[in-house]
Amino acid sequence: MADLLVEFFQWGFGVTLVPWLAIILGIVVGILAIVLPLLLVVAMSVYMDRKVWAAMQMRRGPNVVGPWGLMQSFADGLKLFLKETIIPASANKFIFLLAPALTFILALVGWAVIPFDAGMVLADLNVGILYIFAISSLGVYGIILSGWASNSRYAFLGALRSSAQMVSYEVSMGFVLVTVLMCAGSLNLSEIVLAQKDTFLGVNGYWFTPLFPMMVIFFISALAETNRPPFDLPEAEAEIVAGYQVEYSSMAFALFFLGEYANIILMCAMTSILFLGGWLPPFDWEPLYLIPGWIWFFGKIFFMFFVFAWVKATVPRYRYDQLMRLGWKVFLPISLLWVVLTGLFLLLTDKIPA
Amino acid sequence: MTLLKHAARTFLLSEFVKAMWLTFRYMFRPKATINYPYEKGPLSPRFRGEHALRRYENGEERCIACKLCEAICPAQAIVIEAAVADDGSRRTTRYDIDMTKCIYCGFCEEACPVEAIVEGPNFEFATETREELFYNKEKLLKNGDMWEQEIATNLKLDAPYR
Repeated sequence: MADLLVEFFQWGFGVTLVPWLAIILGIVVGILAIVLPLLLVVAMSVYMDRKVWAAMQMRRGPNVVGPWGLMQSFADGLKLFLKETIIPASANKFIFLLAPALTFILALVGWAVIPFDAGMVLADLNVGILYIFAISSLGVYGIILSGWASNSRYAFLGALRSSAQMVSYEVSMGFVLVTVLMCAGSLNLSEIVLAQKDTFLGVNGYWFTPLFPMMVIFFISALAETNRPPFDLPEAEAEIVAGYQVEYSSMAFALFFLGEYANIILMCAMTSILFLGGWLPPFDWEPLYLIPGWIWFFGKIFFMFFVFAWVKATVPRYRYDQLMRLGWKVFLPISLLWVVLTGLFLLLTDKIPA
Repeated sequence: MTLLKHAARTFLLSEFVKAMWLTFRYMFRPKATINYPYEKGPLSPRFRGEHALRRYENGEERCIACKLCEAICPAQAIVIEAAVADDGSRRTTRYDIDMTKCIYCGFCEEACPVEAIVEGPNFEFATETREELFYNKEKLLKNGDMWEQEIATNLKLDAPYR
């Protein structure tokens, strides 16, 4: 990217860039190239979420703003933008405003290591999977800070529920990641994707192997991580109004909302990278490679997001003790068992990746 | 055996799969809702919507300022002042309905001896300010002129049951 920019400036403006400036500019361009389409995708995903949800309830969903209601998210965004940011008198102002910004930034930062295509990645970290895991763990802070700073009972209850839930499900999620990286032999997301080429019978992706149950557990944990139904206890409307978002309005609320959906799409991307073979086509068949990898990757994210919306329309909310039981007494033992089984399998069949 | 069956059902998430399949099929069902601003549901001739003051065919106001509607109004939303008009008849000089007080019970319509005040079929009269909902005589007469055709048809349809 840096070399390309140097050439571009040479050609366009007749200026030779200093190498360090070229590198910084290259990173900025890369960030914009990821974040701007991402925000557009987030806006459209809100629309898609509402449409799928509506269709499954035999409703129409947003259909007035723009053709088929496509501009609904932008109308909502504009409305939120024009509203007043209300800061409760007893709230801790600094933390109150820091929390939504933190949530939003953390949701975007995770995208730095996501490979969209072979070599199409902003930061090709060797520990990409750990990075993602760390960033999604930090996401708890945005929520607990907002709940505490609001100085409201509902917000605090929501934040407590949310942090307990996210911490619990991260445990089983971690073990799921361990099984995948044992098979792939790398923590680098690009290498994990490449390791999934032709896993079994010409199918790309770990979902077609005995790792399938891990994919289900990862997906359900991702639902819990992103506070989506059926694990939306932190914002359970019927019980605690809107949880940690209760006191937020205007752009502060919009940042939470955007961050939440950016996180959901990040989790969809992670599921596609870890189990569906990332930018690889679904089958290891030569003509399919003619379609650019990022289209396959986008399609997989699209599919996963559809499943997110689908689950939301299907299942009712868990009770809090059921939620904890599922995380600690079901997912944790199963994923732990799978770690042992995968290790044994790799050891006994002598398939440990170099 | 039942234990095995139960375990299989739990671990294969068969109930979830069944539920997901159900919602998936529902996604392609015809919509149960109407496309509201463009499509509207049917209204009964008795529908009690926005108020209107009617006129006779020669353009004369029906209202004789008897104040029966003002008396019966449970929300006390109607205020009437009367005076003798130039032709010697009794007429209203003021006929206000506070639409924010009105509970749309239809008693004014029932009480009216000359079918002057009626509740028409219009229910889309939301306004941006509260003041716009304080209707005066001029506004009510304008409504009457605008909706006369519908109101007359509805009254005729409902007449056999009165």
